Amino acid sequence: MSSQFAISVTQLNHYYGQDAIRKQVLFDINLQIDRGEIVIMTGPSGSGKTTLLTLMGGLRSPQEGNLKILGQELLDSIPDQMTLIRRNIGYIFQAHNLLNFLTVYQNVEMALELHDVTTEEADRRIRDVLNAVGLSHRLDYYPSDLSGGQKQRVAIARALVGQPKIILADEPTAALDKKSGRDVVEIMEKLAKQQGCTILLVTHDNRILDLADRIIYMEDGCLMI
Amino acid sequence: MLKSINKPLNPKEKSKKKKPLFLSWLQLRKERLRLLIAIAGISFADVLMFLQMGFRGALFSSAVELHHSINGEIVILSSRYRSLISLDRFTDRRIYQAAGISGVQSVSPIYLNFIQWRNPYNKEIWDIYAIGLNPEHQVLNIKGVAENRQKLREPNTVLFNSGARNEFGAIAKNFKAGESIVTEIDERQFQVRGLFQLSPTFGINAHLITSDINFLRMVRSRQVGLIDIGVVKLKPDADVNKVLAELRSLLPNDVKVMTRQDFAKAEVAFWNASTPIGYTFDLGVVIAFIVGAVIVYQILYSDVTDHLPEYATLKAMGFRDRYLLIVVFQESLILAVLGFIPATAMAWGIYEITHFATLLPMAMDAGRITFVFVLTAIMCSISAAVAVRKIQTADPADIF
Repeated sequence: MSSQFAISVTQLNHYYGQDAIRKQVLFDINLQIDRGEIVIMTGPSGSGKTTLLTLMGGLRSPQEGNLKILGQELLDSIPDQMTLIRRNIGYIFQAHNLLNFLTVYQNVEMALELHDVTTEEADRRIRDVLNAVGLSHRLDYYPSDLSGGQKQRVAIARALVGQPKIILADEPTAALDKKSGRDVVEIMEKLAKQQGCTILLVTHDNRILDLADRIIYMEDGCLMI
Repeated sequence: MLKSINKPLNPKEKSKKKKPLFLSWLQLRKERLRLLIAIAGISFADVLMFLQMGFRGALFSSAVELHHSINGEIVILSSRYRSLISLDRFTDRRIYQAAGISGVQSVSPIYLNFIQWRNPYNKEIWDIYAIGLNPEHQVLNIKGVAENRQKLREPNTVLFNSGARNEFGAIAKNFKAGESIVTEIDERQFQVRGLFQLSPTFGINAHLITSDINFLRMVRSRQVGLIDIGVVKLKPDADVNKVLAELRSLLPNDVKVMTRQDFAKAEVAFWNASTPIGYTFDLGVVIAFIVGAVIVYQILYSDVTDHLPEYATLKAMGFRDRYLLIVVFQESLILAVLGFIPATAMAWGIYEITHFATLLPMAMDAGRITFVFVLTAIMCSISAAVAVRKIQTADPADIF
């Protein structure tokens, strides 16, 4: 059941639309990502990198080829299996997508709703991760009272508190200034190294490319070596 | 729910599994304006439903107030009786025949007729429903009758309905002030000797009670010996059904015999069939229900739509559709309760005001409160069921 790779993609093809207007967006993707690797995916718009990211993150079902996440094959899987896989993955979107009616603390707490933890354990983890992102003095604030950078940091805390095996981030620094952006990625990297999780980052931001173990470049639905 | 920085953890709770966040309540609480609008909408629909039911109930219960006040288990009516305002007479021999049946303790006649009442102050004429009964018997258990019926032994005396509208003259007020009130009925003078209480009803604006002898003086066209209702009071240990059967076989078919309860039911059935009132108010309830459902649906739908990216994020985090559906349903039920409570209070108040203004017996009862609450819950659930379909379209893959 346990495989050495966090994510394993074999001969993956993906299509959008049906019948006459069917368009192929991914062509014969082959890729293996080790546990603990930091991988950046980059490429022009329309290159298919976001599609590949959503597939590798269990947010989309594979149509053709093989896709294994944490050793589990997702081709022909039922929706419930995908839902369960997602609980091992932390997501950081470009728009933070925090729940605006929950405080910072409660937003992070949501990530632990699906995990089996005691009250004490949950409280400790939430405080620890919010401390790590530098927001321990903002626990009772609502997202509307925070800056863009702070909101993104809450999103990171939320993604990490569940101690996921994989982190998926899509343009996490796009809405942030240079310093905040750098900080955000460094926090991710540090926490990830601590927990040994794999990071997959889609970005155009040249400022953070040096943090990656590997850079994957995509163009027109194909992986460029 | 966990407490944050300023509130320490309860030591007993520390090692138990983390309690889930009550998302539906937190969402409603934070978005105050939306919450208030939803509550207002539901209250509005609920008040409408309460009012429709209240009026319907009041109208039909006023129609049988007289029936329920009859001091007897069985009544004898003309076979042509249809309602209090469309009835026929029958010979009083029938009630004396009935008196002979074992189990019967006493019988008493009731005379009914519309007469013309002349307002003693401005001399205007109004139709009033006259009830004639034997002053020696307690025939009707209406407030004011027991204490005043002896006075009707005197000639040309009547008891007047204290709730009658002012068109009849400010009789009750002036009587209580000690004034002597005399008026003319069919060119004969009658004096008011007491007051009683009976609600106006279909076709009857006010009532008047007098003795059988005074009634015959008042309604000169009435032949002696022709009555409208025969009241049969049974001995305490008598079997109602047995007596009923015996009376039915004894008496000829110019009369019909029934229990007091069936008498009331027949009256209600008549008015239900003869006027569109029942149907109109029932339709009113349905419309109010639909209005409420639409309002709640709008609120829930816009709520879901506004939160779609956040719900999609929750799905990405690994929450099932079912979790989100439950959140929306919980919201709708919380709204149902929060909208229902003020509505009940408001409706009650409106009932009181209406009763004061129209003398209709508008009454709230536990059954109606429960019924409206159930309707409210169903109304909100249906809206939620339609609104949640939008959640299924929240696709986490699209947030990228």
